[in-house]
Amino acid sequence: MIPKKLEPTFAPEGCHPIITVRGLRNAFGEQVIHDNLDLTVCRGEIIGVVGGSGTGKSVLLRSIIGLQTPEQGQIEVLGENMVGRSEDEAKNIRRRWGILFQNGALFSTLTVAENVEVPIREYFPYLKPPLLDEIASYKIAMGGLPPDAGPKYPSELSGGMVKRAGLARALALDPELLFLDEPTAGLDPIAAAAFDELIKGLQKRLDLTVFLITHDLDTLHAICDRVAVLADRHVIAVGTIPELLALDHPWIQEYFNGPRGRTAAQSYEEGVTA
Amino acid sequence: MGRESTGKGRERVALLLHLPTSAISRINPARMAEVTEQDSDQRRGSVYRVAGALTITRAATTQREIDALSDPLTIDLSEIDRMDTVGAWLVYRAVRDRGAKVIGASRDEVSLLKQVGEFDKPTQVVPDEPHNFIAVLRELGEWVAETGTTLVGLLGFFGATLIGFANVIRRPKRFRVNAVIQRFDVVGVRALGIIGLMSFLIGIVIAQQGSVQLAQFGAEVYTINLIGRITVRELGTLMTAIMVAGRSGSAFAAQLGTMKITEEIDAMRTIGVSPIEALVIPRMIASIIMMPLLSFWAMLMALLGGGIFVWLSLSIPPITYIQRLQEVIPLTDMWVGIIKAPVFGFIIALAGCFQGMLVQGNSEEVGTRTTAAVVQSIFLVIVLDSIFAVFFSSIGWT
Repeated sequence: MIPKKLEPTFAPEGCHPIITVRGLRNAFGEQVIHDNLDLTVCRGEIIGVVGGSGTGKSVLLRSIIGLQTPEQGQIEVLGENMVGRSEDEAKNIRRRWGILFQNGALFSTLTVAENVEVPIREYFPYLKPPLLDEIASYKIAMGGLPPDAGPKYPSELSGGMVKRAGLARALALDPELLFLDEPTAGLDPIAAAAFDELIKGLQKRLDLTVFLITHDLDTLHAICDRVAVLADRHVIAVGTIPELLALDHPWIQEYFNGPRGRTAAQSYEEGVTA
Repeated sequence: MGRESTGKGRERVALLLHLPTSAISRINPARMAEVTEQDSDQRRGSVYRVAGALTITRAATTQREIDALSDPLTIDLSEIDRMDTVGAWLVYRAVRDRGAKVIGASRDEVSLLKQVGEFDKPTQVVPDEPHNFIAVLRELGEWVAETGTTLVGLLGFFGATLIGFANVIRRPKRFRVNAVIQRFDVVGVRALGIIGLMSFLIGIVIAQQGSVQLAQFGAEVYTINLIGRITVRELGTLMTAIMVAGRSGSAFAAQLGTMKITEEIDAMRTIGVSPIEALVIPRMIASIIMMPLLSFWAMLMALLGGGIFVWLSLSIPPITYIQRLQEVIPLTDMWVGIIKAPVFGFIIALAGCFQGMLVQGNSEEVGTRTTAAVVQSIFLVIVLDSIFAVFFSSIGWT
């Protein structure tokens, strides 16, 4: 039995919902990915979404940002209904969020700085090039890249730098909401830890809400305020890691209490007490 | 809202100077973000006061307004209720470049200003472009070097395939029958429809155009000679080669290129499978064998199209048409057409596979290389075709 407090529809005290998903159903042909999925994300939190491979974490993200039309259900982002919107209507909401795709999804024919300028140009075409370039410069610095990364093409970047460049582009329009799809996947532990720090720092400074899909237990421990567990085609529980651990759910126990989960928890606690 | 600092509960932190006492301020009652006072008194400088939101939405206007004001500049943020990083950047910039003084900023705004200051690391947007003349020289040099390496590479690749062929002949067990048969299907059988249709229509076009011209001499009956000789000797094979280059040569380049990017080819190598033997040779054999067969098919279809046209338009019955074809087409014409075909097939497969194997880096390269494969193979086919034409006529097969 899931306590009421950890139910996916439960909003903690003082929560201003920024993403609300109710009764979501996604299916590809016969294969049902999500059924009756609920989730509430509060303003200002970093929420991590975990689940086994194939449980539809990325599909959930794609549904929320409107790349995938759900079969059923309601999705509200930043107070606007996302289902059945025209492209034009959705544009105003898209302005207010940033997305870092799993493999960066940088435009390969543009330099890093030009990539960062794309969203700005799209929404504010009248900005003059010198100012635009300056904005791109500080966004690149915000993404934690050295200045010499600006004129480089994506093919010249390492995996970690691609993620940082993707983050800089996601931050281009000063979003309120940041979606990250496996931001630390494929990074070495040092780079992954640095990326966690970067996200945490940006979240604090810019007062962001972060929706984070990850497999990285270290990331979950280090930066997530709450964790949503996706299994059996819906979110089974949302809460802090200790709260989730108190549940008697086999997958959650296996996930957080498996050998890797223990190590990550340990290193986190050592880091806190040290 | 969001990351912007709110105006509520602000503690006034007068960063630097206070307003000049003589500055008259007039705040817009609608609280729109507007310049409320510009005092252009040179001695005292000017004051920029904004109310409402200082965000990216009005960044261009804000910048223009700030630029228009004279030094020394004072920026008053006390009426601001929202500021994002772009707004903060504009203020920071004025402070950095013109020594502007900021007053009336709340704690949050001060911290935002400090933060954008921390990230002030100018970066270039595009790589340095050298001087025009040098750029032209460099491009020319690069082009020459690239052409050279491509030619050497093509020669090397040609050698590698010959070695591959030799290996397969020495150890026939390594010949991949299934792969070859699958390529037969893709390159040959599946192309029958489109090549047949194309040749049929070309037959009609030649017959129609030919009959119009020959009618001027009252020699419509020679339309049959025209159709027969031109399709069997030249067009059947040439059009098939162009179609196969577009259909299969491009597919070879794209397939191998994608496999290169996904590291499948590297994986093959490490397992001990030679990519030349597993990927290139089946494709080459398929094109070499399928090209003559498809060319023959194309010839038949073109003759059929021409035959139907002369039957309907010039009232020459099919039986007469076939008899005339037998009389006017020497057997050597068919040999000319068929002998060229496997050579073209080889060239198409060579260019396609070679370009595919050259792919490295990003997915954009796959497109470029595929285009290059098609252009190269069609070009080489036409060059070879003209060499063949000269050769065959000089050995008396006219």
